[in-house]
Amino acid sequence: MTYIKPKFRHPELPKNKIGYAKADYEGAISTLCGGCGHDSISAAIVQACYELSIEPHKLAKLSGIGCSSKTPTYFLSNSHGFNAVHGRMPSIATGANMANRNLIYLGVSGDGDSASIGMGQFVHAIRRNVNMVYIVMNNGCYGLTKGQNSATADIGSVSKGGSENRYPAIDLVGMALELGATFVGRSFSGDKTQLVPLIKAAMSHPGFALLDVVSPCVTFNNKPESTKSYDYVRAHLEATATLDFVPEKEEITVSYPEGDSAHVELHDGSVIHLQKLAPNWNPTDRYSAVNRLLEAKMKGEVLTGLLYIDPKSQEMHELENTVARPLNTLREEELCPGQEALEKINASFR
Amino acid sequence: MKPTNIQDPEYFHKVVDCQYACPAHTPVPEYIRLIAAERYTEAYMVNWESNVFPGILGRTCDRPCEPACRRGRIEEEPVAICRLKRVAADNKEEVRHLMPAIPEKKNGRKIALIGGGPASLTVARDLAPLGYEIHLYDEWDKGGGMMRTQIPAFRLPESVLDEEVDYILDMGIHTHFNNYVESMKEVLEKDYDAIFVGTGAPKGRDLNLPGRQEAGPRIHIGIEWLASVAFGHTTRIGKKVIILGGGNTAMDCCRTSRRLGGEDVKVVVRSPFKDMKASPWEIEDAQREDIPILNNMPPKKFVVENGKLKGIIFGKVAAIYDENGKRSLIPTGEPDVFIEADDVIIAIGQDNAFPWIERDLGIKFGKWDLPVVDKTTFQSTLDRVFFGGDAAFGPENVITAVAHGHQAAVSIDLFCRGESVYNRPAPYTNLVSQKMGIHEWSYDSPVVVDQRYLVPHAEKKVALSNRKVEVELGFDRPTGFKEAQRCLNCDVQTVFNTSRCIECDACMDICPTSCITFTTNGEEDGLRARLLAPANNTEQDLYVSENLPTGRVMVKDEDVCLHCGLCAERCPTAAWDMQKYLYQVTKATPIWNISEQSTI
Repeated sequence: MTYIKPKFRHPELPKNKIGYAKADYEGAISTLCGGCGHDSISAAIVQACYELSIEPHKLAKLSGIGCSSKTPTYFLSNSHGFNAVHGRMPSIATGANMANRNLIYLGVSGDGDSASIGMGQFVHAIRRNVNMVYIVMNNGCYGLTKGQNSATADIGSVSKGGSENRYPAIDLVGMALELGATFVGRSFSGDKTQLVPLIKAAMSHPGFALLDVVSPCVTFNNKPESTKSYDYVRAHLEATATLDFVPEKEEITVSYPEGDSAHVELHDGSVIHLQKLAPNWNPTDRYSAVNRLLEAKMKGEVLTGLLYIDPKSQEMHELENTVARPLNTLREEELCPGQEALEKINASFR
Repeated sequence: MKPTNIQDPEYFHKVVDCQYACPAHTPVPEYIRLIAAERYTEAYMVNWESNVFPGILGRTCDRPCEPACRRGRIEEEPVAICRLKRVAADNKEEVRHLMPAIPEKKNGRKIALIGGGPASLTVARDLAPLGYEIHLYDEWDKGGGMMRTQIPAFRLPESVLDEEVDYILDMGIHTHFNNYVESMKEVLEKDYDAIFVGTGAPKGRDLNLPGRQEAGPRIHIGIEWLASVAFGHTTRIGKKVIILGGGNTAMDCCRTSRRLGGEDVKVVVRSPFKDMKASPWEIEDAQREDIPILNNMPPKKFVVENGKLKGIIFGKVAAIYDENGKRSLIPTGEPDVFIEADDVIIAIGQDNAFPWIERDLGIKFGKWDLPVVDKTTFQSTLDRVFFGGDAAFGPENVITAVAHGHQAAVSIDLFCRGESVYNRPAPYTNLVSQKMGIHEWSYDSPVVVDQRYLVPHAEKKVALSNRKVEVELGFDRPTGFKEAQRCLNCDVQTVFNTSRCIECDACMDICPTSCITFTTNGEEDGLRARLLAPANNTEQDLYVSENLPTGRVMVKDEDVCLHCGLCAERCPTAAWDMQKYLYQVTKATPIWNISEQSTI
């Protein structure tokens, strides 16, 4: 067994603004199957965090159960982590976020974890606009239990088992748009040039950012007849726009032609530049996003890219009007201000 | 960039940095793995096939392989390749029965070898198994050439030297020792089918400064003095000794002086310490024996009183470099320094000398009175005369002489068979998958983080009391194993099959040293800049695939690849495979076929 990742790294590995190399964002060696799309998504997360110069201890990664939910072990070893019960990651994330709003919350889930057992949790996290990135590593099957079709498998798709899937797929992206999600994107594990800026934009978005990432299961769901195989996805890939994420205060070096380009400014000053590929689509218009999505579905396309963003998103803490400081830093005298304060409050009701 | 042609035998050869840097192209990782497997005899034979003198070179080689070692690019120190070679030599069992048989019936061709050093001995070894009648001439009473006369016994024990020289002489070589060849014309008049000249660079440089003539016998020429010590003619030296020069000969002279009665031995070099030509380990060994090295001090004159040497007056200089890096030594204006000496040894270089080759024989001589020799065939302008070793292109080292010997032997064999000497055989190559099963390779793919191991030395007091006590003791077997495990197995190549790749990025994501990138193709300069990690070492190639279905290509920077096999391990379609590449320089006759006899 030669499954040891050497400790040596490239001696000239560049460092980011806070002095970390990409290697500082790595995790343990993956135990998933070689070629699993999930590993590519892990690598994209590492790349995004490195590029954003995130301090690893300022990020919490949360997951449920499944191949997807194993991945937080394989990235960001120096960050906080919580591996929840199957499908219950959104509750944990909501609670953690309530207690400490200063961390970046990165939820990792799968199609089983989100679209089946955890559906009830998933929709409420969207409804509450919990400030987190929610990545669904979507392979259309239960890889951990030998590849049975999951709720996101398309009608007619054939996995390694050989039989066609008879039930319609739950489209998490369409559902999130319907539920009022404030940031909705879809991507493909095999396309890091799109996925990395999407993750960066999602991390900068205040509120719930859903990234549905099609991630082929090489072992059980990579037949040419499967709609979630490398070949099929590549052949049917359509993008709303090419996307470039420019963090706050960074100089804009790329020039964007007039016309089909759009800029979305986020609350922290960072900007998403979009070079639109789809006509009649506006990233800040939910109606056009739903239309474009349905249109793609009818044509059998896998529509990727940023689908919708609400630049005026108000996340859970704003809706709840909580204090600006993380609750876990409030001391007893601040939480129990005493008799005098209580009487003042009571007096206001009289 | 165009897709890399891995059919070119030199492409993967270049990836094996140590082997590529070795003049004789010894398959280094192959024998290091054999050492780790405690198969010392086979490890020895892999060496013997290629470099002919494993025991000798395992102690004295100039080690061009070590600065090239990939390990030195990912951490501080390369693998101790040279010392591992010695582990093979020290621990081998009987090897004579593995060496080629010498035919009783000769092929009717006679070859003369002038000089009994490494180049001539290599020619003898490569040609004797083919039935050539070989006559070897040397001025000394034993074979070995400069390996015997210039390398002190405390670095190379006589027994080791005798053993490896005898393996060759016992192949039925007709030796003519104590026989200084004085005339090439006479040799040509004898009935030799071909003549090989391997007479080295036997003339030590002198230093004609004021007082040189008067000082007389207390000033010695380095290589001549070392030879005289080696043959027991010189057994003593004065208490105070100055060595002039900063090369390996100077290091051997100063350390030998310490063993012959020199108590206050100093090495004085005219240039800065860092520009010294001696190998770093030889400088260290000298310093360990309490020999100071004074730098930036050119000698001005020998001080002689009443016909007796008193010492040397040195000036003081500083090295100034111009914008092209050219050095000039400028006097600093400080007062001159007088250093006392009973003896002075001049070790400032050596030259070729061919007073015995008449200039009207058709053998042309060119610059610096060196013969005109073809760089590939080692043939001179007289077709049956060949040159090799230091005699061909000036002073180099033992391993270069061996490399020349192999090529000259190929030429001589072709020449004697009436074929063109340019019709040279291609190298022997082999590329074989090392996959044994899931997570299982036939080589130790995990990369150990161990630092280079130190080699033990004999106790200084004992070593200095006798010039024949070997100083470096070599690795014991357990340390040899640990050092061998530091080898990155660079000969186990990452071979990419474009048609199998599904572009899942698994290899790119797992590669610990970020060597692999999938990107759009382009010109080399641009491509090097936009890989995952910058590919700034332009001496190392980029391995570029054919176009993939998405229009991208796979680009692998060979520079710091650890050959850990994780790319192949994670590849779901076996588009990557780890395949062992064997490259053997073709000899005049097969000596030891590695892939048949010792595969590991």
